[in-house]
Amino acid sequence: MDLTLMVWRQKSADAPGKLDQYAAKGISREMSFLEMLDVVNEGIVKAGGDPIAFDHDCREGICGTCSQVINGVPHGIEERTTVCQLHMRHFKDGDTIYIEPWHGKAFPVVRDLIVDRSALDRLIQSGGYVSVHTGGVPDANAILIPKGDADTAMDAAECIGCGACVAACPNGSAMLFVAAKVTQLASLPQGRVEASERVRGMIDKMSDEGFGNCSNHYECQAACPKGVKVSFIAKLNREYMKSWF
Amino acid sequence: MPETVSRGIGSSTVGRKILMAVTGQMMILFAVIHVVGNSTIYFSGLNSYAEHLHELVPLVWATRFVMLPALLLHVFFGVQLALENNSAKESGYSVNTNLRSTFASRNMIWSGTLIAAFLVYHLMHFTFQVISPEAAASANADALGRPDVAGMVIYALRSYVVSLVYIFSLTGLFLHLAHGAQSSFQSLGLSNEGAEPAISKGGYSVALVIFIAYVLIPVLVVLGIVKG
Ligand code: HEM
Ligand code: FES
Repeated sequence: MDLTLMVWRQKSADAPGKLDQYAAKGISREMSFLEMLDVVNEGIVKAGGDPIAFDHDCREGICGTCSQVINGVPHGIEERTTVCQLHMRHFKDGDTIYIEPWHGKAFPVVRDLIVDRSALDRLIQSGGYVSVHTGGVPDANAILIPKGDADTAMDAAECIGCGACVAACPNGSAMLFVAAKVTQLASLPQGRVEASERVRGMIDKMSDEGFGNCSNHYECQAACPKGVKVSFIAKLNREYMKSWF
Repeated sequence: MPETVSRGIGSSTVGRKILMAVTGQMMILFAVIHVVGNSTIYFSGLNSYAEHLHELVPLVWATRFVMLPALLLHVFFGVQLALENNSAKESGYSVNTNLRSTFASRNMIWSGTLIAAFLVYHLMHFTFQVISPEAAASANADALGRPDVAGMVIYALRSYVVSLVYIFSLTGLFLHLAHGAQSSFQSLGLSNEGAEPAISKGGYSVALVIFIAYVLIPVLVVLGIVKG
């Protein structure tokens, strides 16, 4: 099939950017979205142009590196799908597709569709971990965890840190990302020890990094490729209140 | 984990939302009590209600003493959060696709501003009674010698312009609460996956009931159905 792409091109963080039009010809339905872009890029390179820069790594939906806003939706309109797992069969011959980078003050553009998401790493560094002693490996079943708590922690741990929640949020807030990490760790006994410092540290850091505040629009949940739920945000709010007592 | 001095509630992103939710819920409670009291107008009880209310001077002042700071706090943080949110996401995308957010949720600051403007007008009108002094309750007594509050209200709302202002402002309140009522539960952590659909529906219903209860007053007066 033949498609028209409108792709955001921007040389650097400070350079002005704009949408450029490209023709994607002879695309097969079986290709993934990134493979389609690979084909377009080959054409651009052959014609002596600058290929479209985009982030990708595993291409199997687990690393969270791919990050494109497709027709206004981070990772495209297909539910629970990363860009790398989005297939061209979801598009029709003749479609025009808009491809843009994540937007948000905390995510400056590096080039074209690549943004700097290291603010998410710094959020993790501000408390998204548990401190453990080095030395002998603890016995696997020394601390028993109720199944329900383990399930909650695992659901929250589904987050792959791609930043689609921030990209989808009208306020550029990282609330869902922080909520997922806080919920994951606060649900487990190992994470309870530092629960108060963690929740305060992470939410303060969120503001310091230039992420917005949560207005409960719930766009994040709808855009999340892993189906991380806004109920974790309610849990984050409870954890914050608990941290004062 | 490093020991850090964390922000206080009033400067934390979550803390401020909790304060907005608490003050918002206080104002919802006030709005409900206020409309129940106002409804005495249908059976000519408004003057009697107003008289009894003002015999309870400490109650009236205690309410003002609590509600005014709550309102100011709510407005202050509302404006502050909205400004921060605008700067955190300066532009949308070429194709605007809203998956879950609503017109109401994206325009909280504007519905809020409309409510604020209305509150100033409403207080000048019926509390300070400076807008149409000729009909002021403080200057006109009813047959029993009580301040004629019902007369003042009906005199005002018989005007199409005035009742349209009320209806328009109440629509703003409806939009604000259509998102705000349910949102406040999430902000307070009083939600989970199972409860979320019920809270959304419940919040919307609260907004709708409050809207209908209030809007009937200007509508019925301007149509001449309630004459006092
Ligand atoms: C008077 C001017 C007002 C302004 C400027 C204002 C502004 C705002 C803003 C901007 C928000 C959204 C905050 C956010 O999520 O980022 C909000 C939330 C809210 N407002 Fe107001 N508001 C006003 C009056 C009221 C009144 C009169 C009520 C109740 C009768 C009310 C109830 C609420 C509730 C319940 C929320 C939800 C809080 C939450 O999301 O947790 N507001 N307001
Ligand atoms: S490239 Fe790894 S998730 Fe898409």
